[in-house]
Amino acid sequence: MRRGLGWIAALSGSILAGCNGVQSALDPKGPAADELANLIWLFTVLCAVIWVLVMAVLVTIMLRRRQRRIHPLHVDQASERTVSRVVISAVAATGIVLVALTLLSFFANRTLAGVGEDAVLTIRLTGQQWWWEVKYENAEPSKILTTANEIHIPAGEQVRLVLQSDDVIHSFWVPSLHGKLDLIPGVVNSLTLKADKPGVYRGQCAEFCGLQHAHMAMLVIAQPRADFDAWYADQLRDAAQPLTEEQSTGRDLFLDRPCVMCHRIQGTTAGGTTGPDLTHVASRRTLAAGTLQMSRGSLAAWIADPQSIKWGAKMPVMNLTGDELNAIVAYLENLK
Amino acid sequence: MSSVDLAPEHHGIRDTELDEISLHRRLAETWRTRPGLIGFLSSVDHKVIAKRYLITAFVFLCLAGLAAVVMRIQLSGPERGLIGPDLYNQIFTMHGATMMFLFAVPMVQAVGLYLVPLMVGTRNIAFPRLAAFSYWIYLSGGLFLWVSFALNTGPDVGWFAYVPLSGPEFSPGKRADTWAQMITYTEVSSLAVAVATIVTVFKQRAPGMSLDRIPLFVWAMLVTSFVVIFAMPAVMIASTFLILDRLVGTHIFNPAEGGDALLFQHLFWFFGHPEVYIIFLPATGMVSAIIPTFARRPVFGYLALVLSLIAVGILSFGLWVHHMFATGLPKLGASFFTASSMLIAIPNGIQIFCWLGTLWEGGRPRLNTPLLFVFGFFFTFVAGGLTGVMLASVPLDLQVHDTYFVVAHFHYVLIGGSVFPLLGATYYWFPKLTGRMMSERLGRWHFWLALIGFNAAFFPMHIVGLWGMPRRVYTYPVELGWGGINLFISAGAVVFFLSFVLFVINLVWSATKGDVAGENPWDAGTLEWATSSPPPSYNFARIPVVTHQEPLWAEREVLPVAGGLRVDAREVLISTIAEAKPDIREKSARPSIWPLFAALTVGATFLYSIFTPWAVVWGALPITISLVGWFWPKGAPEDEE
Repeated sequence: MRRGLGWIAALSGSILAGCNGVQSALDPKGPAADELANLIWLFTVLCAVIWVLVMAVLVTIMLRRRQRRIHPLHVDQASERTVSRVVISAVAATGIVLVALTLLSFFANRTLAGVGEDAVLTIRLTGQQWWWEVKYENAEPSKILTTANEIHIPAGEQVRLVLQSDDVIHSFWVPSLHGKLDLIPGVVNSLTLKADKPGVYRGQCAEFCGLQHAHMAMLVIAQPRADFDAWYADQLRDAAQPLTEEQSTGRDLFLDRPCVMCHRIQGTTAGGTTGPDLTHVASRRTLAAGTLQMSRGSLAAWIADPQSIKWGAKMPVMNLTGDELNAIVAYLENLK
Repeated sequence: MSSVDLAPEHHGIRDTELDEISLHRRLAETWRTRPGLIGFLSSVDHKVIAKRYLITAFVFLCLAGLAAVVMRIQLSGPERGLIGPDLYNQIFTMHGATMMFLFAVPMVQAVGLYLVPLMVGTRNIAFPRLAAFSYWIYLSGGLFLWVSFALNTGPDVGWFAYVPLSGPEFSPGKRADTWAQMITYTEVSSLAVAVATIVTVFKQRAPGMSLDRIPLFVWAMLVTSFVVIFAMPAVMIASTFLILDRLVGTHIFNPAEGGDALLFQHLFWFFGHPEVYIIFLPATGMVSAIIPTFARRPVFGYLALVLSLIAVGILSFGLWVHHMFATGLPKLGASFFTASSMLIAIPNGIQIFCWLGTLWEGGRPRLNTPLLFVFGFFFTFVAGGLTGVMLASVPLDLQVHDTYFVVAHFHYVLIGGSVFPLLGATYYWFPKLTGRMMSERLGRWHFWLALIGFNAAFFPMHIVGLWGMPRRVYTYPVELGWGGINLFISAGAVVFFLSFVLFVINLVWSATKGDVAGENPWDAGTLEWATSSPPPSYNFARIPVVTHQEPLWAEREVLPVAGGLRVDAREVLISTIAEAKPDIREKSARPSIWPLFAALTVGATFLYSIFTPWAVVWGALPITISLVGWFWPKGAPEDEE
């Protein structure tokens, strides 16, 4: 059944397997999304069958050869009773189908709730207008890691995601891995995420959250355990030291300008927390919550004029000269 | 039996004393809308008010439809720059708010306002001045919203306006206040119409129209009116709390101060889900009126249909949480709402099966445009209902919630379930309103263009939603590959829009050049066809007596009538609630300019109160004056008794 109707999934899969990862409920890459995709196909097939049946009756009515009725109130009691029986049976059948679907849905929900008792790590995801703060919790304070817009997880292992918001309501949704769950101020939600295989899975905010709701994407990057551990250790380190004269100028400019009011770079005096942590910004794949691919050009464009790229973003325009801009970009580009 | 005489009284001239010609002359004099501007503004004729409602709601439909076209052009390709996020957010909010509050609800209520008094065989709606007041409030609310939009203060927080996004911290300026007050205007007006409709159905039915002979459309309007009365206060509370948070500095929705952001969603959807049925139930009534006429037999399963209407009305209040499955509510509680959402499919299924049974048992159906649109209704609404069953499942909903799948679903339900029946109803009742038939040829073109355009625009949305495209995004990146399908959707939307252009052409052409329709061009069975087209101001020269569910089919020659009402004063016959036995004669209010003044003062108060809470205090004064004027004893002859 799934294979028969799977052309949509296949098509979407082939289109979406770009460098930014997949984002499709029909292309499941984890146990939760798998369960949900099965449910979607099952419901779709059942509903399609019912729809076809109703339409068949309608078409039959239109095509049947019957007399026009002269006396509208003249009703044949015998055939009336037959129709009556058919209608009652149809209603009963509807009832049975609905009960079956309700139970299916209930058990699917239970399966989904059941997973996640043995999560290997907890990640606190905070929704912000319009980016995601990602914080890996750890009993040891020195091992707490803060990053943004990219959630690295070990493939094949269960990860607990704690969802909260600092401003308005957002919704976490990575369709290839899991259904939606809202991030609501004053409420703490949590879910269990698992990717079967290493890969990049794209998600984006699914609750309207203001001007740049459209540009609030994230990537879930599932890696083999060893790669994940290496990445984690790397991210815990202080920011890279400038290697060139230009980079050093860039660092001084960064620390001298209002940049530090919002951004943190571990190992420097920059300690702002209202914007994304930039300690390892150049190691990320995208910029501005999935708006731009990470590159020197993107960094320069974003810093020079964020408002023309993501209008309404909280990042203000800095008045930088060309040389200053180049220096800051050179410094940030080195923060792998 | 040809007449039921009521006990004679001493005052006034009675219809029993007059021949046909002088009866018409007298009634026309008593019930007419006076000429001139003051007369125009003072009218309390339910047909005049309803036509104003219909035209105004249609204008809002066109505006909101244009907003949709702008959105579709913006989304026709990835990263298009026709409009930016600020305008896009305003436009999608305007589209949703206008369609729901200024088009759909007023439109179905207006159809009821026009038809219910005719169908139950009375001279005017109950509380006609209240009905006039409701129109002026509705008009001022609609103008308020669209003038605000023109002044760049149109709401931009979605038609649902979730807090905290719409709260004081994240929506500075007046845009969210505009949303909140627009709600107040339109809810006041729809509550007023609901009250008038209920009283008309309960107390003004023609003699003999017992509960089991009420036309199904009237039943639908009755149930809808009750749903309005129970649902609308919830959203008014939500919007008023929002205004208080924004204007007075309360913290009802502020979690930092002990408020609750989710409370807003509960209040909103406690209204929001019944709202869907407020729009849909009247449409089922229209389907129930059209199908028997074209199948040429009484509807199959009248009792089952009535009980289904009532069941849907009640159950619609138990489903609201399925709009909130993604908020992380307790799992067992959410599952309860899965079950209740599935349950409502049963009465809806009963309705579908009964209509199919009627068509099956009927003769070869006459495929006129009204019936074509009913077939269009089956084609699309059944699909929308089935995707609704999918959304009722908590886990499934978590994948499709807030994606284009949901956009597709509710357009199938609202356009398929309500707009198609409304279009069918337009072709069906247009002759009654104007005295002319609509063009069948244009009608067929309109139907096929609408059906194809609609499905081309909305079916692919299911797929792109499952591919991961969320709602309410003003653009999307190239690399996700949604460009092609979105271009197709936009093309379909343009075709759908063109079908409405054709519809407008048909309306204008038919109103002036259409074939002249008689009293009963479709040979239908209900009472609205027992009077001239268009009906006179007094609806019926003599009040009909009902002996059957389809009175015009039961009495092919002459309709029995009741006499004894005064013709020199606006008298209506009040009947008992269950059996519709003639009970008393009652005065119907005369035309008055005061409802307009009352609406102006109330409207000004609402407008002023987006700036200061003191508006409620200062506004009370002129409102009081206008209400005193409204209810001032006239000393007119008809008030003496």
